[in-house]
Formats: sequence, C-alpha cells, structure tokens
Amino acid sequence: MNLNAIQVILVVLVSFLAGMEGILDEFHFHQPVVACTLIGLVTGQLVPCMILGGSLQMIALGWANIGAAVAPDAALAAVASAIILVLGGQGRAGVDSAIAIAIPLAVAGLLLTIIARTLATGIVHIMDKAAEEGSFRKLDFWQWVAICMQGVRIAIPAALILAVGAGPVKAMLNAMPDWLTDGLSIGGGMVVAVGYAMVINMMASREMWPFFALGFVLAAVSEITLIGLGAIGVSLALIYLTLSKTGGSSNGGGSNTGDPVGDIIDKY
Amino acid sequence: MADQVKLSKNDRIHVWWRSTFLQGSWNYERMQNGGWAYSLIPALKKLYTTKEDRAAALKRHLEFFNTHPYLASPVIGVTLALEEERANGAPIDDVAIQGVKVGMMGPLAGVGDPVFWYTVKPIVGALAASLAMTGNILGPILYFVVWNLIRMGFMWYTQEFGYKAGSKITEDLSGGILQDITKGASILGMFILAALIERWVNVDFSPVKVSTIKQSEGAYIDWANLPSGGEGIKKALTEQQAGLSLDKYKTTTLQDNLNQLIPGLAALLLTFLCMWLLKKKVSPIVIILGLFVFGVVMHVLGVM
Repeated sequence: MNLNAIQVILVVLVSFLAGMEGILDEFHFHQPVVACTLIGLVTGQLVPCMILGGSLQMIALGWANIGAAVAPDAALAAVASAIILVLGGQGRAGVDSAIAIAIPLAVAGLLLTIIARTLATGIVHIMDKAAEEGSFRKLDFWQWVAICMQGVRIAIPAALILAVGAGPVKAMLNAMPDWLTDGLSIGGGMVVAVGYAMVINMMASREMWPFFALGFVLAAVSEITLIGLGAIGVSLALIYLTLSKTGGSSNGGGSNTGDPVGDIIDKY
Repeated sequence: MADQVKLSKNDRIHVWWRSTFLQGSWNYERMQNGGWAYSLIPALKKLYTTKEDRAAALKRHLEFFNTHPYLASPVIGVTLALEEERANGAPIDDVAIQGVKVGMMGPLAGVGDPVFWYTVKPIVGALAASLAMTGNILGPILYFVVWNLIRMGFMWYTQEFGYKAGSKITEDLSGGILQDITKGASILGMFILAALIERWVNVDFSPVKVSTIKQSEGAYIDWANLPSGGEGIKKALTEQQAGLSLDKYKTTTLQDNLNQLIPGLAALLLTFLCMWLLKKKVSPIVIILGLFVFGVVMHVLGVM
C-alpha cells in the first residue's frame, strides 16, 4: 500500500512523538498499544495496527527503564513494525510476521537509545555553561534540543522505512514461507513469558509466592474478567496489610497473643 | 519581613508541567540533572533576580539526580519549599539541598518501580491490550486516558504534598506508609502476573496426539443416519449441545492431557525457565530470539 504525502508526514510525526516518549516515559505515546494505533489511525488501517499494538503490548508489559538500565525499545519496535504492516498491505494476516519483525527492531532501538543518551552527556555540558551565565533561556533551549534528539531517534528510521517503500517490504514479507510465519507466531505466544519473568524476578519474595499461586489458579476460571481479578488482588493486598498490622501491634507487648491469624502471618 | 517572596499556585503548576520533561536530557553522567534544573526554572526565576544568584541556583540543580520519573514530584515539592525559605534568607546551604535530594531519590525510586512499572502498567496494559487484540478501539483509549490521569494526578498531588510538608517529608516517608505501599503493590503485582501468565502465555502442544480411540455407539453423532435438510442440521446441533462428539474416533492430544492436570502448566514452567535464565544473566533479548527459533523448530518438527 502506498501512502500520500500527508499520511507520510503524520506517520513521521507520530514516530517523533513516540521517540520523545521513549525517554520521557510520561504520556506513553511509545507504548505499542498507543503508538501502533496512532500509526493505524493516520494511515487508515486502524484495526490491523491496533491488533498488532495489543499483541506487542502483551510482550512489552514487563519492559521498563529502571535506574540506568535501558529496556528493549518499545518505541522503535511499535512504530517500525506498524509501518511495515501498513506498507505490506496484508491487513490482519500480516500481524504475526510484523510481531516477529518487531523484536530485532527493539534491539536496534536499544542501541540507538544508548547512543542518544551518550550524546545527551555533551548537551548537559553545554547546560553547565548556560548555568554559569545564569541564562534560563539557554537551558530551556538545550533541554528541548535533547528531547528533540530523542524524537529524531525514531523519526529517522521510520522515514527510512517509508522511503524504501511498499514494494521491497511487501516482497520481503511474501518471501517468508508458511512454516516460518506459523512458527514465529507460535514463538510470539511464548515470548510474553520473558517480560513477566523479568518482573517476577524483581518482586518475588517468600512472602509473595502464595499470592502468585492464588492468581494462577483463579485465572483458570475464565468467567472472571481481568477487572474482576484486579479487584480480588486489591482486596487481598488490603486484607493482608491490615492483618499483618494488627498482628504486629498485638504481638508487640507480649509473646503469644492467642491471635491465630496474626501468628500465621508472622510466620511468613 | 515585608518583601517575602512566595511561590504562587501558578508557579507550582508551571513546575509540575515542566517536570513532565524530567528525563528529556537523560545522560550517563548525571542522569536526570538537566531535566531537574529545567523543571525548577519557573520557581528559580521568581525567587532569584540577580544574575549571580540565578547562576548559583542553576549550578546547584545541575548536580546528579536520578529517581523514578513520577516519584521525582515529591522531591521537587520539598526542594521548592527549601528554595523558597533560602531565598527569604533562611540559612539553607547547597549541601542541605543536595542532601535532601539524594536522601529522597533512592527510597522513592524503590517505591515507584514496583508500583508503576510492575503493577499499574502491566494491569492497565494487559486490559487495554486484550481489548485492542479483539479490534476494540476502547483498548488504546482506555490505556492512554487511565495512565495519564493516574500519572498527572499523582505527580501534582505528591508535589503539593512535598511543598507543604517541606523538609519534614523525609521523616514522614521513612515511616510505614512507603513500606505498605510497596508491599501492597507487590502483592497485587504478583497476583495479576500469575493470572496473566495463565491467560496470555501460549504454549500449545495440540499437534501431538497421545491416543485415538474408537468411541462406543451413541457417544458420537451418527452422520450417516441424520434426517436430510434443515431437520438434520438441527438434530446434529442439538446432539452436539448434549455433549456428543463430532467424530467416531476420539483423539486426545498432549495438550488435552496437560489441561486436565493443570491448565497453563506449560506456560508456568516456561516462565520459571525464563526467570532462571535471567538470574543466570542471560540477556532477555537472547531469550526472546531463542524462543522464536524454538517455536519455528518445534512447528517444523510437528510438536507445536
């Protein structure tokens, strides 16, 4: 599918926004479910892009920038795979192979992020000079240069894919045999686990595993929606916090208080 | 003192808006320092008028700073209070201000990561994604609106809280509230993650057939003896609803066996394997690519 000039500009603009958010982590334009949908919206292929966005969001749930660590780049993965999906013109059928393309893109984006963050070091040194002059205006200016640099980080790769055009992208996707695309989609069903594993590794402690078991078992009851599960989870957390506090205060004075629930909780 | 300089609500709103761009100049040397100074500018502009004061203020706020981007808000609030007092002549030196910033950023980052990245984002994200995957536009809209409402509300409220509490906030936060929030978020997070693994990790061994049994008469729909036309379709559908099998031969796949044991067991084991690999310092990207390769190989071999 070929895009007209206005659509091309809008796609690059969405990419720029996603790139900015990739570092800011505030409005979350870079999250696949938002970024892919926006690309779909401006190119008139809303539904396939949205399905792609939802699938990628599932994979990217556990990706987060923590401290100085950089997560795989959701922004480039989302934007570039959505553009490829649109250019490929396969609609929903192209979603699975677009997901598979997104993963190497997330790695490429990671490298670009590291480069941009290194370049930003130079920018703060210019800010130091602005500070010596007491110039607020210059500091503002360089802050925005840094933010725009992050936007360009995604906008340029997006523009490159658009420049290569529908033909080569489509040819590449058509060249993929069925066993490969089917296999990749099976792989796509499994990679979600990696994000969850990352998060669990950060949160898990002996105290928390019973809640994990409860969640796993209750999820098998397909009548309970995610919102329902959320309500159960919140209630469990509140109950646990309240009980562990009453247990703690009554145990504070003496040894055994005859409060069986508190004792059980204290044992954890 | 008649000429006390005070930060108005309007100034604080400006600071709050600018703190959205806190991470804009994130760098490997001093991390969020550029964005931090950028955020405080509306306040510094009002509090300090001479060039020397302004230069000194900017320099002290370009020192190293890094925390969770949303949890920076209470620190900003406290810093605003301290800067205001300093501008009005209180003896607060650079070391004190830097000390408060550094003292707060560590524990606060420890709260922000489990609460926002590991609890709110996976839950809102999974809900939105499951809607989006069925082609429902409410998914992305819900994600964007809910996320930003929570974020903006949180940042404004905690910044105001920090500003009003001043330097006392450090003591308040070191108490039980922070631990409770972290623990509560972890409980909710673990619970929801387990549910997501059960529902959304797909490990399917359907192609592997364990057994094929010829079923007894009457346990399957007898296609040959159905009445013709609409009548037959109706009968077939009724029989199926009554639990009759479609085929004469009942095939049990490996997946059926697993589901009878524990639904989602393979997904759970896969997650544990990933956790173990991550602990062994295998890069997540390597694992992801490995799973894709594994999926293709298993499919070609006819196992998945």
